[in-house]
Amino acid sequence: MRRVSTIAVAGIATAALAFSVTACGSSSEEGSKDAGIGLAYDVGGRGDHSFNDSAAKGYDKALKDFDVKGKELTAKDGDTDADRYDKLASLAEAGYNPVVGVGYAWTPSLTKAAKKYKDTDFAIVDSVVEAKNVASLVSAEHEGSYLAGVAAGLKTKSNKVGFIGGTDSALIKKFAGGFQQGLKDTNPKASLDVQWVQVGSAKGFGMPDRGKDIAEGMLSNKVDVIFSAAGGSGAGAIEATAGKKGTWSIGVDGDQYYDKGLAQYKNTILTSMVKTVDGSVYDFIKSVIKDKKPESGVQSYDLKRGGVSLSYSGGFINDIKPKIEAAKKKIVDGQIKVNDTYKD
Amino acid sequence: MKKLDKERVLLAVAAPVLALAAAFVLTALVLLATGKEPFNAFGIMFDYGVKADSQVYILNKATTYYLAGLSVAIGFRMNLFNIGVDGQYRLAAFFAAVVGGALKLPGLVQIPLIILVAMLVGAMWASIAGLLKVYRGVSEVISTIMLNSLSGILISYLLVDGRLADLDKQTNIVATDPLPSSSHFFTFPAGGGLDPIWGFIVVAALAGVGFWFLLGRTRFGFDLRAVGRSESAAQASGVNVKRMVLTSMLLSGAMAGLIGMPTLLNDTHQFTSDFPTGIGFTGIAIALLGRNNPVGIALAAVLWGFLERGANRLEFEGYDKEIVGVMQGVIVLCVVIAYELVRRYGLKRQQQRVGAELAAQARADKGIDKTETEVPA
Repeated sequence: MRRVSTIAVAGIATAALAFSVTACGSSSEEGSKDAGIGLAYDVGGRGDHSFNDSAAKGYDKALKDFDVKGKELTAKDGDTDADRYDKLASLAEAGYNPVVGVGYAWTPSLTKAAKKYKDTDFAIVDSVVEAKNVASLVSAEHEGSYLAGVAAGLKTKSNKVGFIGGTDSALIKKFAGGFQQGLKDTNPKASLDVQWVQVGSAKGFGMPDRGKDIAEGMLSNKVDVIFSAAGGSGAGAIEATAGKKGTWSIGVDGDQYYDKGLAQYKNTILTSMVKTVDGSVYDFIKSVIKDKKPESGVQSYDLKRGGVSLSYSGGFINDIKPKIEAAKKKIVDGQIKVNDTYKD
Repeated sequence: MKKLDKERVLLAVAAPVLALAAAFVLTALVLLATGKEPFNAFGIMFDYGVKADSQVYILNKATTYYLAGLSVAIGFRMNLFNIGVDGQYRLAAFFAAVVGGALKLPGLVQIPLIILVAMLVGAMWASIAGLLKVYRGVSEVISTIMLNSLSGILISYLLVDGRLADLDKQTNIVATDPLPSSSHFFTFPAGGGLDPIWGFIVVAALAGVGFWFLLGRTRFGFDLRAVGRSESAAQASGVNVKRMVLTSMLLSGAMAGLIGMPTLLNDTHQFTSDFPTGIGFTGIAIALLGRNNPVGIALAAVLWGFLERGANRLEFEGYDKEIVGVMQGVIVLCVVIAYELVRRYGLKRQQQRVGAELAAQARADKGIDKTETEVPA
């Protein structure tokens, strides 16, 4: 054991030395101002064909329109709040303004960053952070999903409808709750099969193979319309419905009919529940860079404001448009109050 | 004997140094292949990693990783692959957070209680795999992997608005009741507007000392290592192998229960749906890198924290953030290979020396023979 203690002493001494030598070293803070737009994606990042890509679209448009530079960072699986804070702080330190956190997982880290960098304008998507220099860009996913439920209720022939959620998080339950209500209000005979790609983990947004498996399972149970709110995993479900005649998928976040990666399946994409993250992100950036009057507080992108909508691309639901528009009017007028959570 | 010891020290140090150097070269090659300048990247990582706020970050992160490494190492020392540390620590942290959020006792009572709950839950979850192995011969690798999945599902079921958690509709975050402020663990202020250093680092250090004492200085530790070397030999010498398997699984699980504690008691003060995941697997890498030795694991944990800190910066500087993941993977591979190479080299040296000694002896014997019998040439 003597040998171990020698190494131990040497190791501790080296480590202690390394730390004490640099303990008085400078902090990693430095930087200028007005470096451009800082965008921090959630896990998956640019290229997920879904939520993050939608934000990227708004960001790209802002870069072009306002002729500014920008920097994109992406959270990785397993990042702690300290890691996320580090990313936001690096952006703010380097003078990026505004800084946008895409996804509710940025809530604790962005709250902290906004407190420290009071001169930087922040925005968070899908969550609320209460601070003067933060705009909270929230969408009424449940309202848009209600309309998707109406479309599914009218289009199903087997009276069996499926919902695939990326994970059983509160946000995804907003989609499920609205969808279920829209379906039941329109077609009381229809049953709904709800499944999660990965329970308790955001990994479920990046597993197209699992999405496909679940969808195929549903299809073999005679489900003929499947709505996926599962980020990248939804592509698997779309692929599965394309493989069986007479079945439909419903896309999410962006208008997936126009998604290049899904072009070969577009004729089975009934509609998409479009959530204009691109619009809300773009509006916020514009308010900071062009209008010099940064948005702040809760910016609610609901059905009324056009923050969520159902797409008619492909013309597959043109025949039921009057019924969808009627439902939409009822929600906008407040006659229908849509559930914002799902209970099984 | 003295000389032999020196050589062993040299060999013990040679392996990690060799591994790190090889990993360094391989990563540089990967960076070159992606068309980036490698030494600049290492420079960025180093410059950023030694800054004051980075040091705080690294120490805090290493505290968690150290406990994870110890937990895995307890199993490794007796050839038991507890892959289930991941599920054990998450479940433990969850129940500890629930208990902590429900009570309002003085911190002096409540903090130990929370820690105890975590250790108990971790140990109990690990014991399932232990019992299955002892009584049904189920490989702990398989059962613990499955238990990881189960613990995830169990947490998901309970971490729901109205069950054991509350949903904040504004932020979409589901969380257990926050711990009362009396249950926040102490911290060391780092000054200068920096985040404080988590006080749990003290507990982690104590756990390391406990690990060293238990395995290196007690009968139990000797038995445990003996089982790890050879189960049948240990059995023959009167060690109850079944009991050892179960006990070490329980210990490993109890240690796993501590992994979530620095985060819970020093940082988040509640269990949310995005409580850090995957640390159990990081622990496997760290235990391997640290050679299941408490000091080695500490160095590995610090190195891991340093690499992750650097990863954040590399991404900012326009490098692919995956490069650090590659680096970590390469380090683990290199470590495993380097240790094996050094072990074989050491064995060969030993054989040569023993062979030489025997040969010398034989020659000496022969010499005596010669003088006595005068064998004709």
